[in-house]
Amino acid sequence: MKANTHFAFFDEGSKKEIRRATLKAVAIPGYQVPFASREMPIARGWGTGGLQLTLSLIGQTDVLKVIDQGSDESVNAVSIKKLVQDTTGVQLTECTEEADIIQSRHRIPECSLTKEQILVLQVPIPEPLRAIEEREYMTKRMHAEDDYSGAWLMLFEQIMKFGKTATTADHPVSVHDRYVMAPSPIPRFDNPKMDHSEALILLGAGREKKIYAVPPYTSVKSLAFEDYPFTVESFEGAHCHLCGAEGVFLDELIDHEKGATIYQCNDSAYCIEQLNKQEKVEVESTYA
Amino acid sequence: MGYVPVKGGTQAIDASIKRVKFERLKGQAILEIETILSTMRALVDQVMSESSLYSPQLAALAIKQAEGSMEEAVFLMRAHRSTLPRLYYSESVETDAMFVERRISASFKDIPGGQLLGATYDYTHRLLDFNLINEKKADNTHWLQSYAEELQEVKVEETVERYPKVVEYLRKEGLFEQYEMDNTEPEDITKQNLEFPASRSARLQVLTRGQTGALTSLAYASLRGYGEVHPTVGEVRVGSLPIYVKHPNEEDGSEDEEFYIGDIQVTEVESFVPVHVKNENNEEELEFEIGYGICYGQNETKTIAMSILDQCLEHLNDEFPTHDEEFVLLHIDSVESSGFISHLKLPHYVTFQSKLDSIRQVKKGVQVNES
Repeated sequence: MKANTHFAFFDEGSKKEIRRATLKAVAIPGYQVPFASREMPIARGWGTGGLQLTLSLIGQTDVLKVIDQGSDESVNAVSIKKLVQDTTGVQLTECTEEADIIQSRHRIPECSLTKEQILVLQVPIPEPLRAIEEREYMTKRMHAEDDYSGAWLMLFEQIMKFGKTATTADHPVSVHDRYVMAPSPIPRFDNPKMDHSEALILLGAGREKKIYAVPPYTSVKSLAFEDYPFTVESFEGAHCHLCGAEGVFLDELIDHEKGATIYQCNDSAYCIEQLNKQEKVEVESTYA
Repeated sequence: MGYVPVKGGTQAIDASIKRVKFERLKGQAILEIETILSTMRALVDQVMSESSLYSPQLAALAIKQAEGSMEEAVFLMRAHRSTLPRLYYSESVETDAMFVERRISASFKDIPGGQLLGATYDYTHRLLDFNLINEKKADNTHWLQSYAEELQEVKVEETVERYPKVVEYLRKEGLFEQYEMDNTEPEDITKQNLEFPASRSARLQVLTRGQTGALTSLAYASLRGYGEVHPTVGEVRVGSLPIYVKHPNEEDGSEDEEFYIGDIQVTEVESFVPVHVKNENNEEELEFEIGYGICYGQNETKTIAMSILDQCLEHLNDEFPTHDEEFVLLHIDSVESSGFISHLKLPHYVTFQSKLDSIRQVKKGVQVNES
């Protein structure tokens, strides 16, 4: 009665169908391609969209990295990695440069990706117009008619209310000057990394049954007005208390002994790499 | 003999009852209450929560009798609940006194006291485990032994520490409002009718008794777009709470005079919800509020859903059904909703005949007019 799981969990037919939707997504940047999202052995809303993309793409020689909230060690990242490895036997890595496929939730790694890599982002709500219009039928029509007035109005209303745009993560972007797209809930800080990215970026929403993509070297503009330009999260004057990095996305932590706020690189792999580099320099200097 | 609803159906009904008993017995296997208690924790918890009667033994019995049907088991428990005298109200419980088995925050990595994963399916892969087909008692005993050995190597803390609430840290920063303790006696919706607008205590009671699936669906709808609340889970905790009652005749109110009557296991959730508020200058500002959920046993989805709906109902809004108090509170009860839906199986011959008549009459009228 016990059946062996197929390579990469899915049957080949399912993989083919997901790849076909992916190809369409790449061909129409930012357009949400519907697909028959499969039930996965992890919960809907926990990254099944990303996981389906990863499983449909991965081959035996690929090297996989999974990040959740900037960390390779995060519980859900560990769980997803384990599932992919159990069903494929691929090599896992925490080093961003070594990975061919990087599946991530909420972050784009700090070091820039290359054209050899594919970034798979997990998306909870792919529809950038959902807050403006709850009906799928209507949002689809709005996309078709290039009607993004609602999205612009949302930003305008924020300026009227708060004196500035007050979007959080998932600030909408315009892809290839056509489709407005939810960049998955990455912080605004990561939005600019999508613009003319060398790596292919695939976005998968399992529960909402959509796949969309940013092909390499494609323009991605965060929606903003000329007089109220797009801004990212500010970490002015803050640096990582471990590696000293500035200009990266930082986590706010509390030093329990002193009660003070300290900062730490959110991208844990990047932080470790910085620390290793520093140690190398120290070691070399002592030898000299 | 056919089923005639008005008369002569007695024999048919007896036969039907016998038949349902036969369905439960025909497999010749007996499910012990003990087996349900030790292997169907989630089902037991859900039944207790929806029937608002904390008794694992009775819930297990109800599950056995109902052949595992949630709605039947809850129905049985609620009916039994009506036969029980309600003697005391317990003293109010402070949940920071909870003996915590699981506690996580999705808002902060670094919560004071730390994250405690406890027992959860969240990080398991939902792959059918075919090994369970041939599960052996001896293997389980062996596994339990080695698990106990593993645990012996774990260092035990000397002291029992209280886990502070995550929200307290944010309160200190002024991100959450500081509220006065509200110690007014809560309304008991099982003793008086629900009135609108409902008090918060009544609302929370309806929500915590509500059907897991109904709560989950409505909260999901709110989250997905048919509502305005999208929270971040500040804290989920699962653990047991000690319950005390006062001596009925001694009124001096000292805590030493209270009786400890046992522990209940609960799941508690505090969700952080950003809301728009107006400040003194009538300018809009963003602020966090808390959505609250609590229910018997370990049922995290239900409790999180409850916290969303609690927040929805704090901000009534005609535009969205999930922000409409009557819509939510009157429709999420398992016994009420399943009861009324299933009443449709009762004969409606008279009313249907009447409908049939008026439809025929109207159609006739239309034809006459057209000709």
